[in-house]
Amino acid sequence: MQDFAESFSLAFSLVWSFDAHLMEIVWLSVRVSITAVIIALIIGFPLGAALGMTRFPGRQVIIVLVNALMGLPPVVVGLLVYIMLSNAGPFGWLRLLYSPTAMIIAQTVLITPIVTALTREIVEQLHQEYDEFFKSLCISPGQVLATLLWDARYNLITVALAGFGRAIAEVGAVIIVGGNINHLTRVMTTAIALETSKGDLALALALGIILMGLALAVNALVMGFRSTARSTAFG
Amino acid sequence: MLPLIVENLRFTGQHGPIIKGVNFSLNDAGVTVVMGPNGAGKSVLLRLLHGLLKVNSGQILWNGTGLNEALRKRQSLLFQRPVLLRRSVLANLRFVLKQRHISADDETCLNLLSRVQLDHVAYRSARHLSGGEQQRLALARSLALKPEVLLMDEPAASLDPVSTKMIETIVRDQRANNTKVIFVTHDVSQAHRVADDVLFLHHGEVLEHTSASTFFEQPQSTQARQYLSGEIVV
Ligand SMILES: Nc1ncnc2c1ncn2[C@@H]1O[C@H](COP(=O)(O)OP(=O)(O)OP(=O)(O)O)[C@@H](O)[C@H]1O
Ligand SMILES: [Mg+2]
Repeated sequence: MQDFAESFSLAFSLVWSFDAHLMEIVWLSVRVSITAVIIALIIGFPLGAALGMTRFPGRQVIIVLVNALMGLPPVVVGLLVYIMLSNAGPFGWLRLLYSPTAMIIAQTVLITPIVTALTREIVEQLHQEYDEFFKSLCISPGQVLATLLWDARYNLITVALAGFGRAIAEVGAVIIVGGNINHLTRVMTTAIALETSKGDLALALALGIILMGLALAVNALVMGFRSTARSTAFG
Repeated sequence: MLPLIVENLRFTGQHGPIIKGVNFSLNDAGVTVVMGPNGAGKSVLLRLLHGLLKVNSGQILWNGTGLNEALRKRQSLLFQRPVLLRRSVLANLRFVLKQRHISADDETCLNLLSRVQLDHVAYRSARHLSGGEQQRLALARSLALKPEVLLMDEPAASLDPVSTKMIETIVRDQRANNTKVIFVTHDVSQAHRVADDVLFLHHGEVLEHTSASTFFEQPQSTQARQYLSGEIVV
């Protein structure tokens, strides 16, 4: 018990003093996850919106595929990215394995399907609602897309936040492709796993506290945007 | 865009035929009221006229040509259930004006809104409006486009007496402006007040197309007689 109490107070003091080592890890985590989210949004928003707006043969197949990809276990994604980036793999010559870039790639693969699927759902629903009005006005597809994205903006922000929440809390994929190298690829989740197994509970707890704080903040934001979305949509 | 000639128009939905070989022609500007029991196909007919649904057979000719984008832009359809953007009342109006590259300052927009008595809620979210207010906003949006043909699907269905009167005044103004108005309503006395001619639709067929006075005084079909007197139409 003594140990726990000590670990806790040490953890809090680490967080409180913005310990340099701690902050390095937090910053890398945030940087990797935000970069991955941005790339996932660049791919997922247009793709999801296109799937939600249009009807073409094979569309249903793509939707099923995206939904299936959404359920991919992170370790499997990590493994696949590892194979691609390893020396023997097709992209081995890029020498990306065990770098932050490799972690960004793994997280992007992980969250792009999520962003795409959620965006499709949101855009499709709004499109059904607006469709006849748009047709009646003879609006160009580009204008339709812009209007849908704009009117769904609060919902789409929650999609981005959900992607970020998933990325930052993920451990399986980044540990495989990043390797948890100190000062290079050590992020919050992998550091927690390592420090816990080493018995350094203070650092693990400190990271855990920050991770929880981030998760709570993201959730609070999601809830806030969701209620804004609802109130602009209806009464 | 007139005359409008509809020849042998057929439309089949998922559950069977809805418009079953309809013929009529509208030659003059003025108000054509479409009446008929629930499910007769009035809304479907308006959608077909506006090109939102594809005809299965037969044709719709607006001054000799089938409907294309250029023609549709000169029409406006007021939906039975208004479709409003998740934006403010004013932004909803601005949106349609921008789509048609009509520049309008705030004052012009507010004037348009005051025509439907919505200027006092201009900055509110459109989805927060009451049912009748939403209908009126949709009407203002249609009027902003200055259509040559105005298709109105029960625009007064959820309006209070004052708003109903307002709509009828607007309809009369449109007629005075040489806009063709096709107006669906179930309200017999309202039809009386605005109609030049009446199209009576029943089970996807046009049973009557006559001048308003003939329709209300001497309806030809039993179905129309029953409909007008509030009996169950079979
Ligand atoms: N887009 C559509 N595709 C297929 N069927 C439709 C479509 N819209 C409506 N229907 C069907 O066509 C029939 C006529 O519908 P419509 O909405 O035209 O009736 P209405 O005369 O406008 O009735 P109301 O007075 O209740 O508005 C209904 O049985 C309806 O289920
Ligand atoms: Mg109807």
